[in-house]
Amino acid sequence: MNAYESMKRLASRRSFLNRSACGIGSLALAALLNPAMARAAGTANASSLGVINPRHFAPKAKRVIYLYMAGGPSHLETLDYKPKLLEMSGKPMPESFTKGQPIAQLQNQALKCFAPQHEFKKFGKSGQEICGLFPHMGSVADELCIIRSMVTEAINHDPAHTFMNTGTTISGRPSMGSWLWYGLGSEAENLPGFVVLTSTGNSGQKQPIASRMWHSGFLPSKFQGVHFQSKGDAVMYLGTPNGISANQQRDVIDAVERLNRIEDAVVEDPEIATRISQYEMAFKMQTSVPGLMDLSQEPKETMELYGTKGADGSFAANCLLARRLAERGVRFIQVYHRDWDHHGGLKDGISTIAKEVDQPAAALIKDLKQRGMLDETLVIWGGEFGRTPMAQGNGRDHHIKGFSLWMAGGGIKGGITHGSTDDLGYNAVENIVPVHDLHATLLHQLGIDHKRLTVKAQGRDFRLTDISGELVTSILA
Amino acid sequence: MNARLLPRIRIVLISLVCVIGNSAHAEPAKKTIDFNRDIRPILSENCFQCHGPDKNKRKADLRLDTKEGLFDEIDDTHPVVPGKPADSDLLRRMLTTDVEDHMPPAKSNKSLSAEQVASIKKWIEEGAEYKGHWAYLAPVRAAEPAVDGNIKHPIDKFILAKLKEQNLKPANEADKITLCRRVYFDLLGLPPTPAQVDQFAHDPSPDAYDKLVDMLLTNPHFGERMAQFWLDQVRYADTIGYHSDNPMNVSPYRDWVIAAFNQNMPFDQFTIEQIAGDLLPNSTVAQKVATAYNRLLQTTEEGGAQPREYIAKYAADRVRNMSAVWMAQTMGCCECHDHKFDPITTKEFYGMEAFFADVQEAAVGKREPGLPLPTAPQQKEINDIDRTLAAAKIKLDAAAPELSTAQLAWEKTVSTEVKWDVLDPQTFVVQGESKLKKLEGGILQTVYKVAATENYVITAHAPANGITGFRLETLRDDALPAQGPGNAPNGNFVLSDIKVSTVGKDGNATPVTLSSVSADFSQEGYSIATLVDAKRKNKKNTGWAILPQTGKSHQALFEFAKPLTGEGGSRLIFTLEFQSAFPQHTIGKFRLSSSTAAQPSRHTIPDPVRDALAVLPEKRSDAQKNVVAAHYRTISPLFRPIRDQIVSLEQKKQQLLDAMPKCLVTTAGTPRTVRVLTRGNWLDDSGAVVTPVVPASMGKLGPIQSADHRPTRLDLARWIASRENPLTARVMVNRLWNLFYGRGIARKVDDLGSQGEWPTHPELLDWLAVDFMENGWDIKRIVRQMVTSATYRESSIPTQEQREHDPANQWFAHQGRFRLDAEFVRDNALSVSGMLVDSIGGPSVYPYQPAGYWSFLNFPAREWQNDKGTNLYRRGLYTHWQRTFLHPSLLAFDAPTREEAVCERTKSNVPQQALTLLNDPTYVEAARVFAEHLVRGATGDQARIDLAFRQALSRSPKPQESELVLKLLEKHRKEYIADNTAAEKIVSAGDAPSAKDLNPAELAAWTSVARTVLNLHETITRN
Repeated sequence: MNAYESMKRLASRRSFLNRSACGIGSLALAALLNPAMARAAGTANASSLGVINPRHFAPKAKRVIYLYMAGGPSHLETLDYKPKLLEMSGKPMPESFTKGQPIAQLQNQALKCFAPQHEFKKFGKSGQEICGLFPHMGSVADELCIIRSMVTEAINHDPAHTFMNTGTTISGRPSMGSWLWYGLGSEAENLPGFVVLTSTGNSGQKQPIASRMWHSGFLPSKFQGVHFQSKGDAVMYLGTPNGISANQQRDVIDAVERLNRIEDAVVEDPEIATRISQYEMAFKMQTSVPGLMDLSQEPKETMELYGTKGADGSFAANCLLARRLAERGVRFIQVYHRDWDHHGGLKDGISTIAKEVDQPAAALIKDLKQRGMLDETLVIWGGEFGRTPMAQGNGRDHHIKGFSLWMAGGGIKGGITHGSTDDLGYNAVENIVPVHDLHATLLHQLGIDHKRLTVKAQGRDFRLTDISGELVTSILA
Repeated sequence: MNARLLPRIRIVLISLVCVIGNSAHAEPAKKTIDFNRDIRPILSENCFQCHGPDKNKRKADLRLDTKEGLFDEIDDTHPVVPGKPADSDLLRRMLTTDVEDHMPPAKSNKSLSAEQVASIKKWIEEGAEYKGHWAYLAPVRAAEPAVDGNIKHPIDKFILAKLKEQNLKPANEADKITLCRRVYFDLLGLPPTPAQVDQFAHDPSPDAYDKLVDMLLTNPHFGERMAQFWLDQVRYADTIGYHSDNPMNVSPYRDWVIAAFNQNMPFDQFTIEQIAGDLLPNSTVAQKVATAYNRLLQTTEEGGAQPREYIAKYAADRVRNMSAVWMAQTMGCCECHDHKFDPITTKEFYGMEAFFADVQEAAVGKREPGLPLPTAPQQKEINDIDRTLAAAKIKLDAAAPELSTAQLAWEKTVSTEVKWDVLDPQTFVVQGESKLKKLEGGILQTVYKVAATENYVITAHAPANGITGFRLETLRDDALPAQGPGNAPNGNFVLSDIKVSTVGKDGNATPVTLSSVSADFSQEGYSIATLVDAKRKNKKNTGWAILPQTGKSHQALFEFAKPLTGEGGSRLIFTLEFQSAFPQHTIGKFRLSSSTAAQPSRHTIPDPVRDALAVLPEKRSDAQKNVVAAHYRTISPLFRPIRDQIVSLEQKKQQLLDAMPKCLVTTAGTPRTVRVLTRGNWLDDSGAVVTPVVPASMGKLGPIQSADHRPTRLDLARWIASRENPLTARVMVNRLWNLFYGRGIARKVDDLGSQGEWPTHPELLDWLAVDFMENGWDIKRIVRQMVTSATYRESSIPTQEQREHDPANQWFAHQGRFRLDAEFVRDNALSVSGMLVDSIGGPSVYPYQPAGYWSFLNFPAREWQNDKGTNLYRRGLYTHWQRTFLHPSLLAFDAPTREEAVCERTKSNVPQQALTLLNDPTYVEAARVFAEHLVRGATGDQARIDLAFRQALSRSPKPQESELVLKLLEKHRKEYIADNTAAEKIVSAGDAPSAKDLNPAELAAWTSVARTVLNLHETITRN
């Protein structure tokens, strides 16, 4: 690597401000080499580049919106139609499928086939088969790439969430949003590069979601996802205390900055410059975040498109917020719906949840498309695992050997179905997509070779795809 | 030598000159290449992946991590021929332009710099001296280097010798104020008061600083500061971590750690007690509490979790943590494969697991409450109760002739007393998802399972007048999960409530009051008695359950407050509620019966008694006679007073035990069989069975008692804490050094393996390690060593020369400057404002936390309840540590969630920190109370500003600082005078009483000043 390259690489890191090696001289040089840096230096945490600069490939997408269906959506009542299972309903599940396989709550019980609880329909020009409870998703079927051959490694919620988000079941590793922010930086002014929204509905068990799912692990902690709350302050400690006006808050911040500068004149510590810029950023967030969360300026048609009345923490409101975050340049937006754990009462449960999820998810696709943003936004809809073809009472148990999700936009082919499970929806059998392959593909669409986005920790190079991951080339547009 | 390589080498050399030319001053040319310092890291990073310890991934049978591998002939070549670079195939492969032949291969995404290749060449030229990895060789006390001047402190000699090599000069000594603050923060995690600063600054004696250090080392807050350092490593937290993330009782362990540091427990003993205190002969309660260490890992209660999977997870977690904490090794890699970089095999990893195979715990499920920890008076009270109880029981068992007559009379009545009439359900409706079907004999069974929560509503005709109570039989059945009788996957249920009403002829329902209940078995914490407990509030988390006695039938007996008077033909309605936080915990099969006997719930007759009673008295065996007699004593009215006494004593004892702090501890049992899990797969039980063993490359266990002795945790602990272990002492002194100098001697304090960084001062590191061990692993002594050197006392402001030539300060030419850790940011603000409640130990506390932050916790859903009073103002390390949702203000300042070991915290600088210091109620309240002290503590604006700076920064303000602050004060004073409502709001922030006697506008304006001072970078910086 020559001096120019190494300088550029150094300059590309947000962390340069923290490196005492770089005084003002190198900062100026960096700004010359890379005009974006000048802006980044001014606004500190705002727009900035990541460690992957330039990108490994020409990126297809700028950002990701991940609609995360926590609890384990049944593929058999959403995206994977199995008529054979209807025939076999009530009959014993052939042992050839289940012998020696991990099982969650159905341990030591008689395993019987359980018919799909809802009809499927064909939608769009592509004729994609989707459960009839999801007509809105059906209306964008030609945008969707349905993957029916997902497999994962963990059969209980907590480790499965951790695996889906971090590529391993061991706690303490960076989540995919943190990886992306670290790798690519963010284009968001006055907002974090990774935002998490969570909603709860009225069906199924409400899954606990640990903040581990958006933790930065051993990446610098500034790449941690920020959870926007739907009640109270959207961001922790965002609100100015009672009895202090915005101007007075500004006065205090100004005084802190000036006093910090006086100290800096003596000790010349680059951390002080960073501290000053972080106070600026904090102040800007105090105004920009409430503006972002305020949906009252959205036109009536948009509210109707998503089916929401306002920012009430519903999945519909959160999908609309996701679009607003995308517009503001946030790199990774994750919207959780955490009611998909249908061990019992599956039939009604899916009906209820479909009403909460179907329209907003489809609205997001339509809205992004009409704004010309769908091409540059990768949207993913899916959970941590699927559900058994076998009955658990009138529900289904956790299942990891085959499940479904869909992707849209961001350079992914629309109107196709990729991979399949066997006749009973148990094992993924064709074009199997392990979670690491999904991660590799996601990174690829943003211009990153998953094998080259690494960070050294605990003595080795870690990456989101751990030691595996293959690009799913046939779904790329 | 391959001729075509020559041009390439020339290019390499030219660029090498450039590199050296550019960095000549920063990195003076090395005199000689050291294998461990210069070569091993290159090979480890670039080659070991395929040519290292992992035999399964080794390519071409070539291994470069051993002496033999490097020098022995392989495939007619030698990787390394000492003195002959041209004959060394290793170098040739690195230099070749042949893409096929080039190493490392392109697909590895690894590449060597010209400088690295040149180092390898030079090493070969210089004779290719090989050394084993430094950290696995026993440390030897190096001679203290000779240095110019009258230098006494050994640390300074080592540091100065290196500085001289680097042409660097040490910084001057820090001013006394800075030094005083530094050593207070480092040793106590608290700032000095202005008086403490003055005392030190004005002490002219030559040993003033040494006296200060000695004083701080005896201050009880030293233990808290060191505990904070230790708790990150052992991943101490108050909750279980996975899924429901419910609480577990471990805070007494945290207090044990504090006490151990305060009592200066030697580090070897500290180590042994945590890993194996329970196995020490006659172990004390404190030694048992220490073994909570083995229980700190994340555990699960998730329904459907498979015990075998979690047993495997826990075993691996323990080895990962133990090896990280004491040995700075990354053994976790070996769960699936031999280590890629360090000489540790998979089999050895599982051998390490086997040491912990005796730890008794639930694989899946709620943690037990743990060992009760009575205070001395509580213990005395319990002893007294036990004594009285024993006496009462003797009385109960004593012969009493009048008893047999009464017993005979009773026996005649028994048959009527236990008569239960099965109720025939007329209607049986489920409010929920499932259905009930009626079987013969009045039995009901669920057809489907089941929504998370349901109610059963059953009606039946009252078979008689004067019904006194009813019986609920929960019945085992093979079709139910785990044979039932519950519908939960483990066969359990939680009956959260049961209601009865009668319907008279008029059709009106009248609720019936239950007065008393009993059951043949209740799960701990889920007693049948809760169903008639009038004070019960929380139906989510209480009710009747039966774990672990699932898979068998049970019965519960309910007694009405008064017998039913309704005439025959009236109906009974039973409502069985399953509204707990535990989904699907409904009853799968059951039956209801009624009785007209007096006090039916108190006359449960256990099966053995019933069986004995079925035999005529004269035909009963002695055993049967005893069974009946013993049972009669438990119900005879003659013995009621003594029985009542026993019951009340037992209740009192239980209340005492319930109120006592408890701690999870290690209980040893028969060791589980541990197998090597192929690629970490817990479903695969084909792997070899292993016995406890330590990695061969790191030494071997001390003498074992006998050949057939299975090594125990105690053997492991003694090995870790022995002089024979090459790692333990180095790891500890390196981390302590990191604490006090801001950077480890070996930079990566969590990895001293081959992927770690070569220590900048290996001789110093080893000298400290040996000094530590030779002086009885004395922690306070080694800390004193470190903080009394001249190097420690240097200024943290680098000179221009130091900035340029050693920007990372790896040669320690000046002190470090860094932000306080999360807990100390809080402690500092509370201390400056005079609010800190500095009591030590006790249950974890709940300072202000924004509402709703826990809304995504479930099983059960919970809300953080802010503490009241003094617990709001405790030190940060006592904050309830919720793994999945750590307190947001601690999280903002990089406190770890403590899921895995953290041996060094990141020190980020993010906007959330600004938001926290500006807006978190803790800091707002601290500021307004600080303001009150300023207003009361001095007169006049300037004097108060002086006070603010001295209190928060230990120094007086500069004129330009005063001027700036004054401007802010005057502006806000004016604004608050104009807006008294706003002033009232800010001066009453938080729970602390507000100063009614002070002018709100004045106090509000000073609050702005206080907030400003508390937000300064300098305020949260240790320099």
